[in-house]
Amino acid sequence: MNNAVGSAQSVLLLGGTSEIGLSITSLLVSRGTKRVVLAGRDTKAMDQVVDDLRSKGADKVSTVLFDASDPVSCVSAVQEGFSGGDIDLVVMAVGVLGDQQIDEQDPIAAARVITTNFTGPAAAGLAVADLMRAQGHGSIAVLSSVAGARPRKANFIYGSSKAGLDAFYQGLGDSLVGSGVTVTVVRPGFVHTKMTAGMDPAPLSTTPEAVAADVLTGLQRGAHTVWSPGPLRWFMCAMRHLPRPIFRRLPR
Amino acid sequence: MSTEILTGWGRTSPSAADVESVAGVEDVVFSMESKGPRGILPRGLGRSYGDAAQNAGGVVLDMTTLRTPFELDTSRGILRVGSGVSIDAILKRSVPWGWFIPVTPGTRQVTIGGAIAADIHGKNHHIDGSFCSHVTGMILVSPTGIHKLSPQDPLFWATAGGMGLTGVVVEATIQMTPIETSLMIIDTERTPNLDATITALMDSDRSSRYSVAWIDCLSTGPSLGRAVLTRGDHARLDELPVGRRDSPLDFSPTSRLSAPPWAPSGLLNRATIRLFNEAWFRRAPALELGAVHQLGAFFHPLDGVVGWNRLYGSRGFLQYQIVVPFGAEEALRNVMELLSSQRCPSFLGVLKTFGPSDDAPMSFPLPGWTLALDMPIGVDGLGEVLDRADDVVAAAGGRVYLAKDSRLRPELLEHMYPRLPEWRQTREAADPERMLRSDLSRRLAITEEA
Repeated sequence: MNNAVGSAQSVLLLGGTSEIGLSITSLLVSRGTKRVVLAGRDTKAMDQVVDDLRSKGADKVSTVLFDASDPVSCVSAVQEGFSGGDIDLVVMAVGVLGDQQIDEQDPIAAARVITTNFTGPAAAGLAVADLMRAQGHGSIAVLSSVAGARPRKANFIYGSSKAGLDAFYQGLGDSLVGSGVTVTVVRPGFVHTKMTAGMDPAPLSTTPEAVAADVLTGLQRGAHTVWSPGPLRWFMCAMRHLPRPIFRRLPR
Repeated sequence: MSTEILTGWGRTSPSAADVESVAGVEDVVFSMESKGPRGILPRGLGRSYGDAAQNAGGVVLDMTTLRTPFELDTSRGILRVGSGVSIDAILKRSVPWGWFIPVTPGTRQVTIGGAIAADIHGKNHHIDGSFCSHVTGMILVSPTGIHKLSPQDPLFWATAGGMGLTGVVVEATIQMTPIETSLMIIDTERTPNLDATITALMDSDRSSRYSVAWIDCLSTGPSLGRAVLTRGDHARLDELPVGRRDSPLDFSPTSRLSAPPWAPSGLLNRATIRLFNEAWFRRAPALELGAVHQLGAFFHPLDGVVGWNRLYGSRGFLQYQIVVPFGAEEALRNVMELLSSQRCPSFLGVLKTFGPSDDAPMSFPLPGWTLALDMPIGVDGLGEVLDRADDVVAAAGGRVYLAKDSRLRPELLEHMYPRLPEWRQTREAADPERMLRSDLSRRLAITEEA
């Protein structure tokens, strides 16, 4: 059960090797979370994470095979993740950045990015919602992106997939009002991770640890949206209202 | 049956349950037979602060509609009531006949079922013990049947303080306390620090049936633990001024104020709470002896403002209530210092002594000092500070009160309640399939070994 000061006792991380997802999970474990289920494709990398989380104090850590590009796998992984008892918090941290320039020339690769970032997580989200509705409580935190707030020509494949994900989980959150289940949509800005290694950081860039701290504060408050860092909310508010001819001429 | 979002009085950790209203024993038996996958739990007036009366995804029985029987033997003071009857309803009926409830918490808005489930205590614990010491019999519906229980039965004592997890109490018989008047004779005294408060409480326990200290936990340094102490007893007829002897048993409590339906979450913050505590302390007389007070004003200050819990805003609050044994006064001081050094904004806390425990394995009171503090959720690091306070309490042989709890670490439960294994055994016999469940029992793994 979630307690009054916002600690979850059990967490299911979808995207079991996501850096932001793991930062959130580690922070939760340091605050007393004992049971963690990691769902991902890279079993070897997840095994390392299992050891790490155990050493930090989680005494029940398990892994589930989960391929976000396959909606069937998404649903079965979620069901397996819930088979060991109630899950208090699901962190949906699946995503690939793709390579916009290459993917624009390769529609199938582009579709794969969109499936991984949107279709799979959408199927998983519905499966989670169904199970959480039955248990009468729970929180879902989904990692959207500031890139979804307004698509840019430089990464509109990734951006549009996150925009879809963002919209989907907003709607899911509204549909769950009254069920005891809450959805928090997280919109990080540029985060320094292996996914963004080698890229020039955008303004208001941040780290996985800082995003994790913002997410936990948001969950404690019952926020439906978390921007990380916080000032991005106002920055993007301005960006969203820029006329298109100006917006598309911006350097990034 | 309808799906409702339920919380405790602190309005934290909401969860959804199918709420069924109970009008008689048959309803309870019927609900228990239609086994759902997530169990069943009775709920009274929802005055537990945490998640004790919630059952996420399962069935919650609304017991407040079970108001029969309701019989008072006015010559012997024996009360037989349905478990959904509130202490408020009981007092309105019994006080005019010269009978008082033997144990009352700070609010009249609790049901008898809830009073048994939490084995509640009052300002007279050092003399009269906790609620279930005055219960002479009860009827409990568990999945194994309908049990008529007396204090000779282990299941009676497993149910006392059992947080509703042994079954559903449908009826109880209570020995009431005789009173001559509905008024109280009260002494009030201000104490400048914790040592003085402790000494004054020990003294007043020897002289008075009821005693309690309202303690300011925001004061630091030399005034840490300053308090307003009240002690007293029911007024005898001959103690009343002549003019007030005509209708000595009048009892018509009223709540004049009602909290607004919403309040901003930050309304009760460190600054406003400090101001309130200061005003409360200054307002009290340095020493006043033998003042005549109304029952309600003395026993049930919390009922003065209807829905006062809403003043903490949407994020809610928690109450931290602990007990440490006599001799562990240092632990008490350490907890208070910890909270005041972390600048946890806490409304006037309550400090009082407990007398001997009763026979209930999961009952909260043990001979020693109990401290209760209200704190808004949303203070940075609140969880960590209370975790550290728990460690101090556990090391001193103390415990937290489950009826107030919303955040204890499960690994401390058995340390704080060493008779837990014995209780589990009795409970298991009455509910072998573990149908009685609550969010509290899930969170702390109360009914099973973690």
